[in-house]
Amino acid sequence: MSNVPVNNGRRRFLTAATVVVGGVGVAGVAVPFIGSWNPSARAKAAGAPVEVNVSKIEPGQLIRAEWRGKPVYIVRRTEETVSDLAKHDDQLRDPNSEKAQQPVYATNAYRSIKPEFLVALGVCTHLGCAPTYHGSDFDQFVEGVSDGFFCPCHGSKFDLAGRVFQGVPAPLNLVIPEHSFTSEDTLLIGVSADSSTGAV
Amino acid sequence: MLTNFMAWMDKRLPLTDAWNKHLAQYPAPKNFNFWYFFGSLAMLVLVNQILTGIWLTMSYEPSGDGAFASVEYIMRDVDYGWLLRYMHSTGASAFFIVVYLHMMRGLMYGSYQKPRELLWIFGMLLFLVLMAEAFMGYLLPWGNMSYWGAQVIISLFGAIPIIGDDLTLWIRGDYVISGATLNRFFALHVIAMPLVLVILVFLHILALHEVGSNNPEGIEIKKKKGSVPAEEQSKFAFHKQYTDKYDIVDAVPFHPYYSVKDIMGVAGFLIIFSWVMFFAPEGGGYFMEAPNFEPANGLKTPEHIAPVWYFGPFYTILRVIPDKLLGAIGMFSAIIVLFLVPWFDRGVIKSVKYRSKLHLVNLIQFSICFVVLGALGTLPATPVYNMIGIIATFGYFGFFVALWFYSKNEKCKPVPERISH
Repeated sequence: MSNVPVNNGRRRFLTAATVVVGGVGVAGVAVPFIGSWNPSARAKAAGAPVEVNVSKIEPGQLIRAEWRGKPVYIVRRTEETVSDLAKHDDQLRDPNSEKAQQPVYATNAYRSIKPEFLVALGVCTHLGCAPTYHGSDFDQFVEGVSDGFFCPCHGSKFDLAGRVFQGVPAPLNLVIPEHSFTSEDTLLIGVSADSSTGAV
Repeated sequence: MLTNFMAWMDKRLPLTDAWNKHLAQYPAPKNFNFWYFFGSLAMLVLVNQILTGIWLTMSYEPSGDGAFASVEYIMRDVDYGWLLRYMHSTGASAFFIVVYLHMMRGLMYGSYQKPRELLWIFGMLLFLVLMAEAFMGYLLPWGNMSYWGAQVIISLFGAIPIIGDDLTLWIRGDYVISGATLNRFFALHVIAMPLVLVILVFLHILALHEVGSNNPEGIEIKKKKGSVPAEEQSKFAFHKQYTDKYDIVDAVPFHPYYSVKDIMGVAGFLIIFSWVMFFAPEGGGYFMEAPNFEPANGLKTPEHIAPVWYFGPFYTILRVIPDKLLGAIGMFSAIIVLFLVPWFDRGVIKSVKYRSKLHLVNLIQFSICFVVLGALGTLPATPVYNMIGIIATFGYFGFFVALWFYSKNEKCKPVPERISH
């Protein structure tokens, strides 16, 4: 071999050209393999809005609805709870809901359309567990706050507007999904009354 | 007849040569102790997992609708199905016990030090792939703890800035964990990961045989060629690949000396393994967790969610850091620092036997912290446990930091030239 005349420039060019063409080929072949992991068309289609009758919910009671496979918590807050919401603002990460975790129409002190009804995804913003509802014994977690959500996985705490307390792993308030009331008692989860304001 | 057959084979494949190089004429230090059982035991468990795993796939149905029921079908209706499943589930826990002890051995005797850094890295890659394998396998029974365990771990990737949410969506293949997730985990668990594991084991052993086995004294048995008088060299015949380059001392051939010793280890291991498998297959709720006897329910997180015990240490580190991104970084760092041990340790003396008291204390505090972190991972998150967890996390990472500082100018005892006894 050592006696064979070698054109190093040509050899380098051919090596580089082979690597480049081969690399493009590998990248092209990777596309279907990576792409097939995306949600399928069937998974994307299964996201219809859900209707819930809220007239039977007692004050202080939580009911769960399922929307896109996720739990949605609906709580009928008592008047006392609603008026207490402002009292622990200094213990919250984002008391004024500045982070976009809710539609525009829920960016208020109650994070809801009607102060009475909280509609929030029961998905902890830390690692996705479903927080448990403590309707009267929440002060074991946060002194002076009588009701809220406690995530059993890693101890994150939220108040009854789904706002996260400081000093817990969850970084953000609970997500308020798009929702609207089609009548006094009928809640529709997944659709805003005016779809132009619905962006979360 | 057999001789002729072997001769025929050897002309076409280096069978006898490989047998000699890696078994019958492989020089192993003569002083291996109890801690040297766990490499061969890990291989035994791997074989158990692969065999029982293949048999389990014959009756298992990888779908969101059928998975849970098919596991119950295996347990109740398939002949010996319960046994195969318990062999597999007990084997998973046994795998981690054996591997943790194997890693501890490496730390104690400095088996990661030059020239064994790559060997250690292959080992750590094996550990990483094993964790991925175990995590994906745990989703397959499709119980409620399977579901929420996967939810938590996949959501970890959501902590990555910017791409996090899209990445978790891509991993799940759905907006929530669903049959799509289950199916891809099944494919990875039974095909991709086992292939990678087997290849890595092969590389791990190949690298081991290239650099040679360390031993409890941390004294090399390969001396410079021509430096040892013939009468002091090992009397055994070793493969020329080793004797051409080195004078071998204080060594015995792996086979039959350590193959026989390892059989003792296997016997002892199988007695304990069988006892657990037959009398406590759920491992007191640690090998199989109570909520996993309920089907997966995407709307209801178990009251107290805990990972399987072998993820406990890393899970606790994640949990005690009150920040999503930092928690995830902390958890992955706990694994990455292990890869870097060969470079954190700037010393040249390998075995803890000849190193400073400080190193011994550091190793002991590290082991205690690791066990404490593991125990906390299975307990609920109360303020007291959190406090202990934070201390243990500092102890865990402190081991590496302290090692880096004191190992540069460590006061060690004089190390003998030769292994005596």
